[in-house]
Amino acid sequence: MFRRIALIATVAVGSVVAVAQAQEQTDPNVVARQSLMRLNAYNIGVLGSMAQGRMEYDAARASAAATSLYHLSLVDQSRMWPPGSDTSSIENTRALPALWDNMDDVMMRGMALRTAAEDMMNAAGTDLASLQGAIGALGASCGGCHRAYRQPD
Amino acid sequence: MRKLAGLCLGLGLAGLAAFWLLTRPASLSPQTLAAFAVYSADAQRGEAVFWAAGCAGCHAAPGLEMDASAEDRMRLGGGTRFETPFGTFRAPNVSMHPTQGIGAWSFQEFARAVMLGVSPEGQHYYPAFPYASYVLARPGDIADLWAFWQTLPAVDTPSEPHDLGFPFTLRRGLGLWKLLNLPSGFVLADSDDQQVMRGRYLVEGLGHCAECHTSRDGFGGLRRENWLSGAANPSGRGRIPTLPPQGWSGLDITAYLQSGFTPEFDVVGGAMADVVASISRLPSEDRNAIAAYLLAFRSSPSR
Repeated sequence: MFRRIALIATVAVGSVVAVAQAQEQTDPNVVARQSLMRLNAYNIGVLGSMAQGRMEYDAARASAAATSLYHLSLVDQSRMWPPGSDTSSIENTRALPALWDNMDDVMMRGMALRTAAEDMMNAAGTDLASLQGAIGALGASCGGCHRAYRQPD
Repeated sequence: MRKLAGLCLGLGLAGLAAFWLLTRPASLSPQTLAAFAVYSADAQRGEAVFWAAGCAGCHAAPGLEMDASAEDRMRLGGGTRFETPFGTFRAPNVSMHPTQGIGAWSFQEFARAVMLGVSPEGQHYYPAFPYASYVLARPGDIADLWAFWQTLPAVDTPSEPHDLGFPFTLRRGLGLWKLLNLPSGFVLADSDDQQVMRGRYLVEGLGHCAECHTSRDGFGGLRRENWLSGAANPSGRGRIPTLPPQGWSGLDITAYLQSGFTPEFDVVGGAMADVVASISRLPSEDRNAIAAYLLAFRSSPSR
C-alpha cells in the first residue's frame, strides 16, 4: 500500500512538472486538474493495453491500476475548476465555457466515472474477460465529458 | 445611349441565363441509373454503409450518451446544431416518418439527395450535408443504404430551419459552389493494394473524414492540396488534427476507432466521439483498411 502511494505521489509530482514545463500553465488549479487527467490516463493505459492485447494480462497489475483509478476518482476537485479558467479566458486549456454552464451535468458525469472505476476495480483482478467487459463503460464515462466540454486540439 | 442601355440589358440577361444554366440542380447520371437497374439491394449490407457514412453522427438526436444503443442512433429525428461562419445549420429529420422525415421519398430521390445534394423539389442542399464526399459513393452502396433505411423507425420531431445570413439564403448559388468543389475522383492515386483502396473509399467517400480534417477556402470549399492536414474546428474553438496523427501506428489508429482510446489512453471527445460511435460498429477489416489508407497516404506523393 505504501509503495503504491509513493508511486502515485512520484508520478503526480512528475506530471505536474511535465505539464508546467510543456504548456507553461501556471494557475495551480489548472495544473492540478490537468495532472489528474494524466494520472487517469496513466492508469487507464495499463487496463486499456491489456484489454487491447498490447500488454499481457496480469491480475495484480490490473487490479492495482484500477484501484488507483478509483481513488483518483475520489480526489476533491472543488478548487480545480475555478470560474474564468475556460478556453475563452486563458491559454493552454481545452475546457469549454459550456462546462461551467452545466455544472450539474458535469458533477453527474464525474459520478459516472467513479461508478465505472469502481466496477473496473471489482472486475480487473478477476480475469481478462471481466476487464474487457468493464473497459467500454469506463471509456464511455470519460468520453461523456470530453464530447460535450472539451474542445478539439 | 439607348443602344448602350440595350447592350447592358442584353449582357445582364445573358449573364442571368448563364448563371441559371450553370447552377441547375443535377440529375442522376445514366450510368448511375443503369447501375441501380441491375443491382439487387441488401438491407444488411446497407447497415454497414450507414455506420461507414456516419449518418447517425448528424441526424440522431443531439446529446446522445457515448454508450447509447445502436437503436437510439438509428432514430434519425435530427436537431443537432452546427455553428459555422455562414450561419447555423440544423440537421433535419431524415427518419422514415412520411411527413416530418423522408419516409415518402422514392429511392431515386434519396440517391439524388445523397450523391448530388439535390432535394426532391430540385433545390440544392447546403454542403454541411457532406455530399461532396458521398458523390464518390458506389451506386450499389446507396441502394443497400436505402434498403436498410426502410427498416428504421419513423420519428415525428419536426425539422428546424437553418439560420443563415444573406446571400447564403439563396440556394441557387450553391450550383456554382458545386461546379467548383464537387470532386471528379479520389485524391490518393489508384494502387493494386486492395486494402488501401477500400480505405480510400471509406475515408475519402463514405466516411467523409476530409470534411473536418481538411482546411477550407473562404467559400467553404475544401483545399484539396492540404488533404487531411488538419483545419480549424468548423463549428467552435480549437483545431481538428492532421491525419494520421504524428507517430501513430496502424494498431493505434484501429484501436482508437474501435475504442476511442488514443495511444496515450486519452479518450476521444468532441464531434469525433460520435464518429467513433459509428466507425466502431463497422467490421474490423474496414478499420484496418482506414488505417492502411491513412498510413499509405502520408507516405505517398499525393500528400
